[in-house]
Amino acid sequence: MHDVRYELLNPATLGSKQVTYTERRETVLYRLFHDRRAVTAGSVLVLLTIICLLAFLSPYDPNQLSIMDKLHAPSWAHWFGTDDHGRDYFTRILYGGQVSLAVGLLSMLIAVSLGTIVGTVSGYLGGVIDGLFMRFLDVFMSLPSFFILMILNAYLKPSVQNMIIIIGLLSWMDVARIVRSQTMSIKEQEFMLYARSIGVRMWRTIFKHLIPGVMPSIVVAASLNVANAILTESALSFLGLGVQPPASSWGSMLNNAQGYLGTASYLAIFPGVLILIVILSFNVIGDALRDALEPTE
Amino acid sequence: MTHSKILEIEDLTVSFHTRVGDIQAVRGVDLELYKGETLAIVGESGSGKSVTAKAIMRLLSKKQSSIKQGSILFDGIDLSHASEGQMMNIRGKDIAMIFQDPMTSLNPTLTIERQIIETLRMHQKLTKHEAQKKAVELLEMVGIPQPEIRNKQYPHQFSGGMRQRVVIAIAIACNPKILIADEPTTALDVTIQAKILELLKDLQKKMDTSIIFITHDLGVVANMANRVAVMYAGKIVEIGTVDEIFYNPKHPYTWGLICSMPTLDLKDKELYTIPGSPPDLIHPPKGDAFAPRNPYALSIDTLEQPPMFRISDTHYAATWLLDPKAPKVSPPDEILRRQQIFERLEAGEVVQ
Amino acid sequence: MSEDKRKLLEVLHLKKYFNQGSRQEVRAVDDVSFDIYEGETFGLVGESGCGKSTTGRTIIQLYEATGGEVLFNGQNIFKIKKSAGRNKLRQEIQMIFQDPFASLDPHLTVKDIIAEGMDVHHLSGTSKERENRVYELLEEVGLNREHAGRYPHEFSGGQRQRIGIARALAVDPKLIIADEPISALDVSIQAQVVNLLKKIQRQQGLTYLFIAHDLSMVKYISDRIGVMHQGMIVELADSEELYRTPLHPYTESLLSAIPQPDPISERKRQRLEYQSKKGNGQMKKLREIAPRHFVYCAEHEVTEYQQKYKTIQNEKEESRDEIN
Repeated sequence: MHDVRYELLNPATLGSKQVTYTERRETVLYRLFHDRRAVTAGSVLVLLTIICLLAFLSPYDPNQLSIMDKLHAPSWAHWFGTDDHGRDYFTRILYGGQVSLAVGLLSMLIAVSLGTIVGTVSGYLGGVIDGLFMRFLDVFMSLPSFFILMILNAYLKPSVQNMIIIIGLLSWMDVARIVRSQTMSIKEQEFMLYARSIGVRMWRTIFKHLIPGVMPSIVVAASLNVANAILTESALSFLGLGVQPPASSWGSMLNNAQGYLGTASYLAIFPGVLILIVILSFNVIGDALRDALEPTE
Repeated sequence: MTHSKILEIEDLTVSFHTRVGDIQAVRGVDLELYKGETLAIVGESGSGKSVTAKAIMRLLSKKQSSIKQGSILFDGIDLSHASEGQMMNIRGKDIAMIFQDPMTSLNPTLTIERQIIETLRMHQKLTKHEAQKKAVELLEMVGIPQPEIRNKQYPHQFSGGMRQRVVIAIAIACNPKILIADEPTTALDVTIQAKILELLKDLQKKMDTSIIFITHDLGVVANMANRVAVMYAGKIVEIGTVDEIFYNPKHPYTWGLICSMPTLDLKDKELYTIPGSPPDLIHPPKGDAFAPRNPYALSIDTLEQPPMFRISDTHYAATWLLDPKAPKVSPPDEILRRQQIFERLEAGEVVQ
Repeated sequence: MSEDKRKLLEVLHLKKYFNQGSRQEVRAVDDVSFDIYEGETFGLVGESGCGKSTTGRTIIQLYEATGGEVLFNGQNIFKIKKSAGRNKLRQEIQMIFQDPFASLDPHLTVKDIIAEGMDVHHLSGTSKERENRVYELLEEVGLNREHAGRYPHEFSGGQRQRIGIARALAVDPKLIIADEPISALDVSIQAQVVNLLKKIQRQQGLTYLFIAHDLSMVKYISDRIGVMHQGMIVELADSEELYRTPLHPYTESLLSAIPQPDPISERKRQRLEYQSKKGNGQMKKLREIAPRHFVYCAEHEVTEYQQKYKTIQNEKEESRDEIN
């Protein structure tokens, strides 16, 4: 009895189906958008930013003093209540949010760009240049940056722009260190040796091979940096050196609230909680982005 | 092999959980280990050989993997369901393991002595002095010169080969009944490898330990093993004595493995290759997982998984080619040459 | 066989010391000389730390040589000053690396990985031409054009090594330095890659410097082999000859340590231990013991080795007679 099931298959079809391990290709964005943490944190940030940018829709003037309405608790008319000068606290939170978010993001960008360039070049070149860069960095790190900030802010015209630049210029060192150590380990990988062996130039190597490899660490450093910048700005405002009245930032509002902690604690709670939410969100996004940037499973 | 069974694995099935689905790393493995023998498990990366070993030791991460089915019987205990407390008593004492990388399997911050004593005193009631004495004996046993001095040193003061000897000393500290060696010589140079293999064989003779030897190197298998299990895609595809596997293999995958090594004088010939690459074990193919790469595949291979066909009391292979209804195929030349040796072995012509 | 052939690469007294002058000085490569003829495969074998990889990397100038010369097409490559000359060299000598996972940039697509050399050396042409060349190369190494848009992590080790080969071929090299290209691969995949390397060599007349510790594969792929030990070549001969009549005790010990996939011969195999002899002030260098068979030794050892050579030859003759 002949059984067709026991016939030899055509060997020509062998091995033709090359197996690849992931069937669907996932881009960084795809992975990011399928990460529940990232989507939640991202939505929170985007929502906050949009709401802050829509501050002009508020019926209240953020700087309009009204002694009569001073220290009203949250109500339908004043969602977040009013402050010690009778200004609508919700409107002030929105305008203050614009400053805090701008300071956080922009000074982070300055710090990250500077840190990445110094870190990659230093790590890539090694030797004398690396030594020089690192000593320079040590000097910067050994300066008590908070005092520098206070002094500079006192001498320069206090403005949001100046604050962003100064915070940025004083917080790139951590990024540079992280990037440098990552660069040094990636530099020894065989794909970097290959690039050198065919004569790829330094800047091309840095931008094409190094930075994408270092990106996960940069992202984490960046998210921590945003948090730091917002906190530094808060601290400066807390000491009265940041945003100048009547303009507000979350930090300056927290500062003003200190006299009313017992009587009107909501004045501290609203900006405080918002700072917390923003910083947490940036950290969560940083973590998720780092995971999404890693090309392996 | 008239010895008694010391370990009995039945239908072992292990999965790893990943974002894209469960990887079925081990898919129903049946295996027996006899007292005093060396059983080699050969296979390529991803064949499930290391996972099987780690499952016996219950060293697989609970979060990322699970033993789905099957049993691992040792000394009347089913290890696949043993509590962590039970395993703590078994690991290191009854079953010990040697890992591939001697660089990372020792703690760099402790002296060799401390690491040996730690294992000894965990399982045996010894005074500190007795334990120290035993540590020196053990180092001597694994061929480390000047054991009294070396004992006080740290792992970084040892070369790779010497470090693997220390790892072996720790593994045999409590006279384990089973020694699982997971690619113990892969990271070592050939001359060092040869010495470590000699050491293992020597120790086995002295201690009557059973060894499960996991490797991808057929040369090492031929050197070490009494019996050999060939794994592919999470299954054992052929098992037999070392002579049966090397001189009378029946599974086309075993043929491919043996033939793709350049052993003969085939300078100008192409090497025999197994086409393609191993299957995706998240969605294992229906039927025989080797069929897409098998030049001898039958239609039925794509439909049904072959059972283990019996060739002799000790030799089994999972290929439909052994079904009485299957057509006769002619294996590669190298296998034919080996079968001639097997016939002479059977007839007692070859002096071993 | 290669007498009438042209020397493509001449390595003369190459030295590479790390941490030179300090207490941790490591003489990774210590006076190594060999030639590679056009179209042949020269195997460099030895155990870890013997200097074989350093030799390859110094030739391709990933390391700066401490001493010696490397002539490529008769020209000392350490002395090329003009950037055009250096670029040409970097195109003509290509390297294939050991680790199929670390040797491809995980953030680039296969297309960009393969085309990188072409881009750097301005061989890409239009983007269409570049793409077509990548497709052609992928097919040449046994992959297909659909793979061009994918990332390295989507491939198995063997496939990645094929991508590494395609990348090296992209710039039409003359010499390929393959640094342990198969040692990280599974047995069945090793054979595929070795066959591919041989096929490409046949088709394009390439020259290989094949660095490995796996002696059985090296024997199969190489025409001639140099055995390295402690930064030096201790024996150099045609590969068949080297395996049949190993003369230097280190080569003997190395060959005797390889386990064969053959249980009967494994039961009989005797391992030879190598004790390195201190050279008592004797001037040692590679000396020709038999035609094209060199051993690192002192002048007075030559006759000893010649005697040994004859003895082994006679033994082989006898055992062959027995079989017949």
